[in-house]
Amino acid sequence: MLPHIDDACHSVPGSAATGNVIPLLHEVRHALQALLEQGAETVIDLRAIPLGPGEEERIAETLGRGEVQVSMSALGPSELIETRYPGVWMSLHRNQEGEVIGRYIEICLVPSLVRSQEADIRYGLQELDSRLQE
Amino acid sequence: MTKDQTIGEALRARGVSRRGFLKFCAATASLMALPPAMVPKIAAALEKARRPSVIWLSFQECTGCTESLTRSHSPTIEDLIFNSISLDYHHTLQAASGTAAEEDRKTAMKENYGKYLLVVDGSIPVGNPGFSTIAGVSNMDMLLETAAGAAAIIAVGTCAAFGGIPYADPNPTKARSVTAFLKEYGNRLPNTFTVDETGQTDPVDVTNKPVINVSGCPPIPVVISGVLAHFLTFGKLPELDSLGRPMAFYGKSIHDRCYRRPFYDKGLFANSFDDEGAKKGWCLYKLGCKGPTTYNACATTKWNEGTSFPIQSGHPCLGCSEPDFWDGGGFYKALSTPTGDITRTAVYAIGAGAAAGVALGALNRSKRAHMRKTHSKVGIDDLEKGDKS
Repeated sequence: MLPHIDDACHSVPGSAATGNVIPLLHEVRHALQALLEQGAETVIDLRAIPLGPGEEERIAETLGRGEVQVSMSALGPSELIETRYPGVWMSLHRNQEGEVIGRYIEICLVPSLVRSQEADIRYGLQELDSRLQE
Repeated sequence: MTKDQTIGEALRARGVSRRGFLKFCAATASLMALPPAMVPKIAAALEKARRPSVIWLSFQECTGCTESLTRSHSPTIEDLIFNSISLDYHHTLQAASGTAAEEDRKTAMKENYGKYLLVVDGSIPVGNPGFSTIAGVSNMDMLLETAAGAAAIIAVGTCAAFGGIPYADPNPTKARSVTAFLKEYGNRLPNTFTVDETGQTDPVDVTNKPVINVSGCPPIPVVISGVLAHFLTFGKLPELDSLGRPMAFYGKSIHDRCYRRPFYDKGLFANSFDDEGAKKGWCLYKLGCKGPTTYNACATTKWNEGTSFPIQSGHPCLGCSEPDFWDGGGFYKALSTPTGDITRTAVYAIGAGAAAGVALGALNRSKRAHMRKTHSKVGIDDLEKGDKS
């Protein structure tokens, strides 16, 4: 059973909380509706929003994990997971030292970084050609 | 990496995939406080950008600003940005020394005249040219000489931006910030001026050179990188506030973005460092927090891999990115605390026939204005008084 969003996100009285968790989840809901109705994709940068200790974890807990998890290794590891709400992805990017350089909530069909990139495909084609000519 | 390569070409030559490059651009957008929708535009601009020459001069400083950048915990971004510029002179970091190092600076100036970025950390002593010299050249002369061909100047750290600690009362070296120095001395010819070395044909008035202040003691590393990234991406300096600081990072006060702000609004304060309020993480205003008057990105960007910032660690903000923070009347005094003797304040109030609160405010404002003017020294007595209040 899913936790009730209010239960998961309301701050404990007296604890350090910004009150930004619920508004942010509403922003996600609006973006998801826009994705469904207009195909509009949205990216929310979690580092741009003031969040108190534990609030980011509460957002992650509320959104949960869904069916798809993608691990990527490009200039350091990245993990992109579809949350229990299809179309809502949480992405965490690290540098080569393993340190966090970005946390985003992406509301889209597939995060753009997961798709193969045209420049890489072109380079890969050249590599494959040379390999076959060896 | 050659100087003719674009940044995109250079990254591909280093084996960075397009996907990796886009990830880098997303992190760059985040650190420039730009919306994620800007990532494709940043990618397109950065791919075509050519490496600008950067000359970094260190004057009256503690090297904390350089340490902040080079010891930062997100080296990939800083590393990539630094690989995207041509850092032609930085006397702390470069291997060359003495005459060879100075030749590097002069060559970079000549080859990139009018186009290079000049980064300055530290304040400039004008009391005596001998107070601070590099290779026998006074800081004053070196700044005048190097500023002449710069496209813009980035004053890194509070010392360069506002004078900082060397400027604190009694300012024994007569330290000046970069902006103040250029206004006062920018139309003078440096003693070291030589036409053939710099490519100049006429003395240059540098009074109005664009200066961007990246204040903080030290500044947040990604803020330094963010300004460089902005210049790389858009080829111009970002929008600035009234103190010449980039709005993207200094547009909001620490207080506005502090996660403890709801406690301030509810009137819940820590009254000492170990009381119940402190343990519950309540607002540190009464312990002297300067968050309401300090503009910086600490509350969202944070430090040490985004782990925390002073307020999150239980210490009030010192206001280190603001002018005269060292002489502001006491780190542990609340902004509303009288800076003078309370007895005198009461007499002042009665004499004026005004409410005590109005009198306190008037005396505070007057005292603070006087302190700003004279840079009154903060003594150990002030700190102790602040602790007890």
